[in-house]
Amino acid sequence: MLCQDCKKREAQVHLTQIVNNEKTTLSLCKECAAARGFHSPLDNMPFPLAEILSNLTAGMEGLDTKSETEELICPDCGLSFEEFTRQGRFGCGKCYDTFRSRLEHIMRKIHGASLHRGKTPEPAKTESGSNKALPVKEEERLESELGKAIECEDFERAAEIRDKLKSLRNTISVDN
Amino acid sequence: MKKLGTMLDNMAKTPASWLSGEGEEALVVLSTRVRLARNVAGCKFPPSADSDTKERIVSYFDSTIARSKLLLQGMYFKAADIDPMDQEFLIERHLISPTFLNGELTKSLFVDTVGRVSVMVNEEDHLRVQALSPGLDPRGSYELAAQYDSEIGRYLEYSYDQDFGYLTACPTNAGTGMRSSVLIHLPGLVLTREIEKVISYTTRSGLVVRGFYGEGSDVAGNLFQVSNQTTLGITEEEILNQITRITKEIIDKEAAARQRLMDEAADMIEDKIWRAYGILKNARVLTSEEAMNLLSALRLGHAMKIIEFLDIALINEILLLSQPAHLQKYYGKEMDPNRRDFVRAQMVREKLRSAGM
Repeated sequence: MLCQDCKKREAQVHLTQIVNNEKTTLSLCKECAAARGFHSPLDNMPFPLAEILSNLTAGMEGLDTKSETEELICPDCGLSFEEFTRQGRFGCGKCYDTFRSRLEHIMRKIHGASLHRGKTPEPAKTESGSNKALPVKEEERLESELGKAIECEDFERAAEIRDKLKSLRNTISVDN
Repeated sequence: MKKLGTMLDNMAKTPASWLSGEGEEALVVLSTRVRLARNVAGCKFPPSADSDTKERIVSYFDSTIARSKLLLQGMYFKAADIDPMDQEFLIERHLISPTFLNGELTKSLFVDTVGRVSVMVNEEDHLRVQALSPGLDPRGSYELAAQYDSEIGRYLEYSYDQDFGYLTACPTNAGTGMRSSVLIHLPGLVLTREIEKVISYTTRSGLVVRGFYGEGSDVAGNLFQVSNQTTLGITEEEILNQITRITKEIIDKEAAARQRLMDEAADMIEDKIWRAYGILKNARVLTSEEAMNLLSALRLGHAMKIIEFLDIALINEILLLSQPAHLQKYYGKEMDPNRRDFVRAQMVREKLRSAGM
């Protein structure tokens, strides 16, 4: 789609404005958007995050069930999901847990996957001790997750869990 | 403890160990870097943390250093003690990111004794652990970075989730928190104008290519940085294999481009390279960009055996010393840009002459 202002460059910025209940949509190239005074906070985000997050918020307009539009707010740092999509940064580790249900989709867009398969930290020598799950426990947890994913026919997730299980079993056999 | 400025002055006078010209594919790949993003459990990430939290992170890291034999051997600086010239120097030396020391300074920096490993405290994540190696060596860089990562992890509990792995401020780093990148010299692909094609191929393979020096799209010195894009759902091993495999493919394409240049325009290429040598040996004024481009031609000439008596380690050393902060540290005084251009030409002539070139 070409920019509505200059009609030369490819439109990269899509703006929806609601004035007096009249909804208008503008599609502009970056230069023309800047000329009109629109600066996106997404400009400083690494590729392809900005695009994913802006598409995500655009897609959310169509959602009307309560659970999907309900405001999620991190209990530890106070960041809301909506703020996260605007700034593209989490406030703390707890945000991941708080936004978990919506992150799976975002992570899959960014990384093509949503489950970690790499290195696991050693238990740290902290006074409080570590709450790291034992590999065998983690195996059980993943197996039940896998069952759930298959039940919901979410085969993309099921395949990912299977990969994660495979890496985990490899590390267990190396450890022993 | 020695003063920061003195330590960095000494470092400036020794060639960078990760630019030694050793290692696999060293004629095309200058260096490899691996960085791991880590955060401390239970603390707000730096972009949203208040200064109390950031101070707490710095003091956690202080005590980690005090307890770790490995880390105690290195150098450790508080950001407030790093002056603008040292900052530039550390950026040129690839030990800190260009924006690390901008803004609020509740930050600190660890550097190992040989300048191959650094840990930035309170960059975008609480800790950015990185290691550099000469040539194409993702595995060596990773093993070095992982050694420091595991050591720090013995004393600090990392923010980690069973599903999302190591948790980072930006979702593009979550999972392994690992970015592996190689600094690669591609004059053949630039001259044959195939570079765009190679960049788009590499991007489709899940890697990112950027011009390394120079402003925006203007690439100085034909140097590019290739790095992995995804960090989640992929193991460290797979990232290392991916970057090694694609880099080798790019090296093959570069070799083919060079061969074509020699088949079709040998005279022009030889002329370009010998002219670069002539200018470097005789110029009285050199801007850093001009020096970078001429050194690129020299590196190409050496790799293509057109100028055989050159030494790749020396070309790397001159490249590093041509940068503003290195140049000023090397001569031990601050200089304005005009003076630097004059002194740069002098340094290049001296270096080439002392090596008998």
